Amino acid sequence: MTKFWTRVQPVAAIALVLGVIGIPLWLVVVTAAKSQGEALNPDLSLPQHWQLLENLRQVWTEGEVPTAFFGSLLIVVPTVALLLTFGSMAAWVLARRATRLNAVLYALGISGIVLPPAVVTVVLLLRQLGLAGSAIGMIGVYTGIYLSTVIFFVTGFVRTIPPALEEAAQIDGAGPFMVFWRIVLPLLRPVLATATILICLYVWNDVFYAFFVVGGRLDTLPLNLFRVASAGLYLNNWHLIFAYVVLMSLPLVVVLAVAQRKIISGITGGAVK
Amino acid sequence: MPVTSAAVRERSPVRPLPVPDPPRRGAVRRQTHPMWFLAPAFAILLVFFFLPTVFNFVYAFTDWSGFKSTINPVGFDNFAQLAADGTLLRAVRITLVYAVLVAVFQNLLGFGLAVLLERDTALNRVARIFFLVPVLMSALAVGYIFQALLKPQGSLNQLLGIDYAWLGDTTWTIVVVAVIHAWKWMGLSMLIYLAGLKTIPEDLLEAARIDGASRFKAFWSIRFPLLAPAVTFNVATALLGSMNGFDIVQATTGGGPARTTEILNIFIYRTFGQGLFAQATAMSLVLFLLVALLAFPVIRTLRRREAVL
Repeated sequence: MTKFWTRVQPVAAIALVLGVIGIPLWLVVVTAAKSQGEALNPDLSLPQHWQLLENLRQVWTEGEVPTAFFGSLLIVVPTVALLLTFGSMAAWVLARRATRLNAVLYALGISGIVLPPAVVTVVLLLRQLGLAGSAIGMIGVYTGIYLSTVIFFVTGFVRTIPPALEEAAQIDGAGPFMVFWRIVLPLLRPVLATATILICLYVWNDVFYAFFVVGGRLDTLPLNLFRVASAGLYLNNWHLIFAYVVLMSLPLVVVLAVAQRKIISGITGGAVK
Repeated sequence: MPVTSAAVRERSPVRPLPVPDPPRRGAVRRQTHPMWFLAPAFAILLVFFFLPTVFNFVYAFTDWSGFKSTINPVGFDNFAQLAADGTLLRAVRITLVYAVLVAVFQNLLGFGLAVLLERDTALNRVARIFFLVPVLMSALAVGYIFQALLKPQGSLNQLLGIDYAWLGDTTWTIVVVAVIHAWKWMGLSMLIYLAGLKTIPEDLLEAARIDGASRFKAFWSIRFPLLAPAVTFNVATALLGSMNGFDIVQATTGGGPARTTEILNIFIYRTFGQGLFAQATAMSLVLFLLVALLAFPVIRTLRRREAVL
């Protein structure tokens, strides 16, 4: 390391964080604390009168934040549970039984990583199944979209685990379900953690698929942000839009502060190998 | 795009032990690893992923709409109509331009950040976390933040002392939106480049330095080529992910001005909202074919580049 670089690098890093990340986040916080008149044209100045709590309270009721929060939870939790269970069950067998049929099934199973889902016709299909606009339909659609990712990750991981442990349990008389549940699943913990972080990230923030499947019938946090913002832009209520953004991002900031190391290793999990 | 870094590993997949399965072993496997374990996952994939995709190929050739209850086949009418008024080509062109711009910006920014924040100092670790905040944030929220920031009387113009309409330029707004998209995801690219940089053994660089290579030369001739797997992953995900983009464009411009940022998903969302389901389906099929056609060459070319090294 040259001396010049060691001296300049920290300054450059701080300047970049402040300019590139700091300014946009600062704008959110100060605007969320302003009155409507002051926030008409959002800028970086401090509010003359801080009314962050009043604004938060107003969007809390107008944006139906509690309903939306539970709506989001109602979709994310079952989606993650289904993806992890069914995805790792399939991945385990696909990794351990290298038949030609399984190679084809694996290719089909991971094709959704690249291919975009058919958002329009899925609505038609859900209508035919009587699941249109329901949480179950939404959970099914997300599970269908992200199973590819889980199968891809977990199959790769299972292949790195020696099968000796499973064989020992089989000799002791354990059936396939027992082996999977008691031996394989606990070994998959690191890769399942990675998959969980990613899926939560995608599903929690998704608004595109939600528009098509449950738009207008079920509240989720991003859907309600869109509603608040669409009305807000019309009425120039920037203070309410950003108050909603603050509310919506608070859980995220908490999670990031508590689990940043897990998230970083989760996102890059496997990249190093 | 629901993929991350583990894809980098895919380059050298850990194959199952090369045991040629003798028939007896196959029979044992049938008992210890029963095929019905595949059933729930593939049932869900079939119903919620493959079936709608098949439907795409059917309903794109009908007159399905929100205004009547019957659905009749109409052949290539939807495509002919979309092609005739130029919508089809324009939407495809805008989507491709957007995807390429996002891939370029996201990788330049991510790579620059990774090089800048490479050393494991306390300051750098904190800085990395800050660059991760946009990745975790809702893309819709990111879009609104930049809409406010880039207003003609907004903060950026105040800081620069100009009054440019960043989101109202029919030529350059698509570039601005692509930069916003790249801003949201550059933290992810940074993490993957950082992980890639860490895999490069220190002695390789030392050897180069003993041979008299300058810092700059050592970087470009040794470290950069060895990052190929990370580049493959980052370029492929940025390119294919932004082709399927929606939220950021919707929240910043909504496809405007004069529909110059109307990527395929925006068009699909808009026409679907108007009840023109068949047109939306036709465009959805176009997106599917576009991604499918591009995905394989893109991934293959990038892989070949890796193999050369």
